[in-house]
Amino acid sequence: MNLTLKVWRQKDNQDKGHFETYQVGDVLEDMSFLEMFDVLNEKLITEGKDPIAFDNDCREGICGMCSMYINGRPHGPLHGTTTCQLHMRHFHDGETITVEPWRAKPFPVIKDLVVDRGAFDRITEAGGYISVNTGNAVDANAIPIEKDTADLAFAAATCIGCGACVAACPNTSAMLFVSAKISQLAELPQGKPERRSRAINMIHQMDVEGFGSCSNIGECEQACPKEIQITHIARANSEYLKATFAGKDK
Amino acid sequence: MELNAKIPEGPLADKWTNYKGHCRLVNPANKRNLEIIVIGTGLAGASASASLAQLGYQVKAFCFQDSPRRAHSIAAQGGINAAKNYQNDGDSTFRLFYDTMKSGDFRGREANTYRLAEVSGDIIDQCVALGVPFAREYGGLLANRSFGGVQVSRTFYAAGQTGQQLLLGAYSALERQVALGKVTMYSRHEMLDVVIIDGKARGIIARNLVTGKLERHFGHAVVLASGGYGNVFYLSTNAMGSNVTASWKAHKKGAYFANPCFTQIHPTCIPISGDHQSKLTLMSESLRNDGRIWVPKQKGDTRKANQIPEEERDYYLERRYPAFGNLVPRDVASRAAKERCDAGFGVGASRQAVYLDFASAIQRYGKAAAHKAQIHDADAETITRLGKQAITEKYGNLFEMYEKITAENPYEVPMRIYPASHYTMGGLWVDYELMTNVQGLYALGECNYSDHGANRLGASALMQGLADGYFVIPYTIGNYLAGEIRTKPIPTDHPAFDEAEKNVQERLDKLMGIRGKYSVDHFHKALGKIMWNKCGMSRNKQGLQEAIQEVRALREEFWKEVRIPGTQNELNPELEKAGRVADFLELGELLATDALQREESCGAHYREESVTEDGEAKRDDEHFCYVSAWERKEDNHFELHKEPLAFEVVHLTQRNYK
Ligand SMILES: Cc1cc2nc3c(=O)[nH]c(=O)nc-3n(C[C@H](O)[C@H](O)[C@H](O)COP(=O)(O)OP(=O)(O)OC[C@H]3O[C@@H](n4cnc5c(N)ncnc54)[C@H](O)[C@@H]3O)c2cc1C
Ligand code: FES
Repeated sequence: MNLTLKVWRQKDNQDKGHFETYQVGDVLEDMSFLEMFDVLNEKLITEGKDPIAFDNDCREGICGMCSMYINGRPHGPLHGTTTCQLHMRHFHDGETITVEPWRAKPFPVIKDLVVDRGAFDRITEAGGYISVNTGNAVDANAIPIEKDTADLAFAAATCIGCGACVAACPNTSAMLFVSAKISQLAELPQGKPERRSRAINMIHQMDVEGFGSCSNIGECEQACPKEIQITHIARANSEYLKATFAGKDK
Repeated sequence: MELNAKIPEGPLADKWTNYKGHCRLVNPANKRNLEIIVIGTGLAGASASASLAQLGYQVKAFCFQDSPRRAHSIAAQGGINAAKNYQNDGDSTFRLFYDTMKSGDFRGREANTYRLAEVSGDIIDQCVALGVPFAREYGGLLANRSFGGVQVSRTFYAAGQTGQQLLLGAYSALERQVALGKVTMYSRHEMLDVVIIDGKARGIIARNLVTGKLERHFGHAVVLASGGYGNVFYLSTNAMGSNVTASWKAHKKGAYFANPCFTQIHPTCIPISGDHQSKLTLMSESLRNDGRIWVPKQKGDTRKANQIPEEERDYYLERRYPAFGNLVPRDVASRAAKERCDAGFGVGASRQAVYLDFASAIQRYGKAAAHKAQIHDADAETITRLGKQAITEKYGNLFEMYEKITAENPYEVPMRIYPASHYTMGGLWVDYELMTNVQGLYALGECNYSDHGANRLGASALMQGLADGYFVIPYTIGNYLAGEIRTKPIPTDHPAFDEAEKNVQERLDKLMGIRGKYSVDHFHKALGKIMWNKCGMSRNKQGLQEAIQEVRALREEFWKEVRIPGTQNELNPELEKAGRVADFLELGELLATDALQREESCGAHYREESVTEDGEAKRDDEHFCYVSAWERKEDNHFELHKEPLAFEVVHLTQRNYK
């Protein structure tokens, strides 16, 4: 099939950026969206033009690196799918596709479709862990965990930190990302001792980074390639409230 | 140079305890003044950085992705081994050790492998403490499954996302140390050289991938945890960015490269669909627990899988290897698939695929589930529904991924699979302490050669990465750094830093200056073809000799004709790729050279000249019972050093999975 692509080009962080239009021919149904970009880039290189910069690594939907805003949706039209796992069979011949970077203040554009998501690392630094040094652990089966609890924690832990939730949110809130971690660790017995300070510190850091606050719109859940549920936000909010009443754990 | 593996005295089972009891320690006040550079934040690098920082060292960690959490380890699916014997099925440290040695076709080092098995249980404890949500049984205890090459269930897992969960655990420990100021994290940075002063590794040159600026970093020691080189085949299950560059730069600075020809081809990957293909996707080995592999008995059968009756299917692994069936080790399964396809029995449009079928597992699980739910007269539909549910529970995300890529529903039709490059057993030569032959330069995880011999067992790479990072390097690096407490940080205007940076700069200038006709990918694809066809699953003398010539010619062409757009002083993914492919073009030659030299078949290295009567790999212990460790000379020439392998405990036998 033949496609028209409107792609956001931005030289660097200072540049204002603009859309550029490209024609791509010979696109096969079995190609992934990124492979279609490979074809376009190969063409641009041969023509002596600057290829489009975009983040990617695993191309298996798990590293969270790819991050294209396709036709007004993070990761494109397919529910529960990252850009790298989106295949061209979901588009049709002659279609025009618009591709932009994540648009969110706390994710400044570095170049073209590449943004800086360092804010997520800093939120994790603020408390997205259990404080246990190497060598301190007891036997793994000494802490039985109900299967339902374990499954719930696992569901929260599948977040790949791609930032689609932020890109989808009209308030640019990072609450789905933050709540998934708070919820995972609050659920598990190992995570309980630090649950209060974790909730307070991570949410505080989210504010510091300039993410907006959550007003329960739910776009994040729709956009999440791992289908992380918005119920985690409710759980994190309740963790946060309990923590602010009780004060941080000592 | 004499290769000294520094294996501690004493019986095998006591070596590590003896070592830990006698190695030198660094006191806390001195640790604060010692700086360690860690390249890579995969399982090996993240666990090492966190553990070393906890001990009090000052750590600088580097990765080329935008966040340490994105290292290639994240993609591991199936699971992690540990000799916990929670299933009471006869597992033990010794058995895990022995299975690993045997699967590696007795080309690994006993002492390292034994230690790996010994610390395996601690890894699971540590991960659970960090909040890793492993799969559990209804009783609340940890679940296990089995993997290829073994007869016990010792694999711990988190659905099909074990790597992600383990890495996020290590990443969280790392970020905690970043918050405490003990680790400085450098994301989007690529290490481009090691700085060596008076024979000791003392720092690195790194390129800031956003600004393009070269940076100098000092360290009292340098730890590489930069992953494997499977992308030398272009198409592989590795992430797009996985590369040999860090190891290769170390190699060029004197570190020996061991057994480069030991590369693992994984039997169950989604087959190639066309020339546009940029990577191959793994379907986890865990699927072989429940999936049955078959091809039609009739050559060139074009019927749909579901139309081929049971008696006209050849379950060739079950036929050839009744004792292990579908769970034979990877090398055996891969070669058997290639054999069937080459003989004309392949399936799918390309005929380069075999079936992996879940129909009987769905029935088996369905019946068990019906039984458990006290449904005694369950109809076929109920059984199938319950069976599918059970499969979803175990492998849901893999089935989903398969469907996304192929647009076929594997609950209804068998998966099509074919072998692909997956993992590299070879890597930087290290001794028992994981130090390369360069003082103060360590290699951890997939980038070293140490524990897996000529073929790695499934679910053992995650184990090794975390063993190295959490439990080995924290001890062994102290033994070295205890002698460095008087070494003051060396200022980075030292001539050795000048020299290293100058070389890196010249290479970048040279690459940018070529302005040739072809893209980097063009060369990478061409290299991949040579390597896959002549140095892949099956190798012979003539093919290897040709491969060496062809790689040389391609390398020459690359340095004349590659085109890299843009400039050095910006984010330039093409320039990053070009540097990596330039290194692969050098490694490719060494890989073929090593394969040519090893005139035996062992593990994943299959020389057509060395096979048994029924086509199985034939080892030659008399002549090749050694680790080949290559030293790099001028102009990509290599000199072979041999580390003889001595076995105190295991008896060398011809592997038999029949
Ligand atoms: C699809 C897939 C599935 C797998 N499944 C399993 C499984 O189920 N069980 C199992 O045991 N094993 C599995 N493996 C193997 C296993 O995942 C890897 O061997 C292991 O994760 C490697 O870990 P590592 O820490 O050594 O390196 P990696 O995770 O590859 O990390 C390398 C790190 O080095 C950094 N780096 C590299 N070069 C440079 C440089 N020049 N400068 C700066 N940084 C650099 C990268 O940024 C990255 O952080 C699988 C592998 C694949 C491909
Ligand atoms: S490239 Fe890793 S999730 Fe898309």
